[in-house]
Amino acid sequence: MMKKKGMEKVNWPVTVLLILGLITVAFPLYMTIVIALKQPSEMGTGISSILSLPKSFSLLNFAEAMRVTDFWRSLGNSILITLLTVVISIVIHSLIGYAIGRNKDHSKFYKFSYLYIVSGMFVPFAILMMPLVKQTAQLGIANWVGIIILYVVFYMPVNVLLYSGYLKNIPMALEEAAYVDGATTWTTYWKIIFPLMKPMHATVAVLTALGTWNDVMTPLVIMSGSGMTTLPLAQMTFQTQFGTNYNLAFASYLLALLPILIFYLICQKQILNGVVNGAVK
Amino acid sequence: MEKCWNQPDVGGNHAGRHCPDIVNLISLILAMGLNSKIKFKSALRGAYFIPNILGALVVGYIFNYFFTYILPAFGDMINSGALSSSMLSNPKLAWIAIVIVCAWQAIAMNTIIYISGLQTVPEDVYEAASIDGATGWKKFKNITFPLILPFFTINMVLCVKNFLMVFDQIMALTKGGPAQSTESISYLIYNNGMSGGQFGFQSANAVIFFFVVVLISAFQLGVLGKKEEQL
Repeated sequence: MMKKKGMEKVNWPVTVLLILGLITVAFPLYMTIVIALKQPSEMGTGISSILSLPKSFSLLNFAEAMRVTDFWRSLGNSILITLLTVVISIVIHSLIGYAIGRNKDHSKFYKFSYLYIVSGMFVPFAILMMPLVKQTAQLGIANWVGIIILYVVFYMPVNVLLYSGYLKNIPMALEEAAYVDGATTWTTYWKIIFPLMKPMHATVAVLTALGTWNDVMTPLVIMSGSGMTTLPLAQMTFQTQFGTNYNLAFASYLLALLPILIFYLICQKQILNGVVNGAVK
Repeated sequence: MEKCWNQPDVGGNHAGRHCPDIVNLISLILAMGLNSKIKFKSALRGAYFIPNILGALVVGYIFNYFFTYILPAFGDMINSGALSSSMLSNPKLAWIAIVIVCAWQAIAMNTIIYISGLQTVPEDVYEAASIDGATGWKKFKNITFPLILPFFTINMVLCVKNFLMVFDQIMALTKGGPAQSTESISYLIYNNGMSGGQFGFQSANAVIFFFVVVLISAFQLGVLGKKEEQL
């Protein structure tokens, strides 16, 4: 399969078509960048003056957008929530996945817990939204703590499924050997299984991080009273302040998109692998 | 009760009915292209995935501008009456705009899944097929497609689920309007339940929605199981 690749020549027509097709991806991004860099006076009315390159390069819009939307604070909130969710998810979900994955074939209780947790995948957030708003408010966790708890629960079905599925690739013999050497289940898990599940940790981290970073609905309904915003949510909250100054708005949108774009450019391979693993399994 | 059944129907179904097929078709073609012998393969694959990692809300705002200003201006330029007014303010066309934005992001995801599916098809199967005289369309219909069928099912499930759940895009593009023509179930529950004071009513709506989702999921899992048997 691989050896043929070098000999066959490049399919240029398809390459060119695909590069042309890339316009559909690039155009909205190009539009965002160009408008973000311009001043309202440069916009004009026609399509060509809107989309032309800016005459002078200035970062004024960005500075203003950062000030208006309190960019650094919402970025900090987003990072805090995403990071904590990912770390807690990896620790708790891998533990659950291990306990369930190793026991569900010979224990009715674990089999039931497995089905119970995984069936949570079919419950969309919209259904839980109303009761959750009331509950978090009454428990006093209608803030970032509550959000993190909710995210950890929401991603549990998928992550437990992934972890317990991955455990099938890790031979029991390893644990038996550790047991013979006198290790407890707890040390066996942390010294042997946890490091071995590294590829799955990466997948779980990518899926959970992408989901929480871009999520708007949960923070919107849960955190709305706490005065805290995440990065996407800030775009909505400050929508009225942008008014008709689209240049300012687009500078703000671009700022909101940049962190994840940079993250994607750095670990593109891991993200693509993670997304595919998560969906296919 | 009647309202309950009718309203979610409007936005949710338009998107749910038309989109998965189109999105899947485009993604499959893209994936075939990206999986063939091309130059800059990994760069192109990476670039085509970008829409999916971007936040749907912000993407929605960007497209909102595109549909409100750029597209009508373009319509004026080519003297097309249909395009020269904003799609988002037309109750008949607004859902198409939503679908376009959703598809922009969904295609990226589905393409990546199809590529990983195409990579599981061993080369010798193709060789055997070409010895038997299969070419072009026949090869695709009889060899490639049956072998990537599980991935097709995954994509369909993902697609239907995402289009039913659509919220961010609607929030950014139309806020359910014009004349509630693009209200999805999620948006309906959010809007009327949170700010419309119909807490109990929308909770009931959510329960009905839950049964619909369970039914769809059960149906899809049934189909999924059956198809995997065939392989």
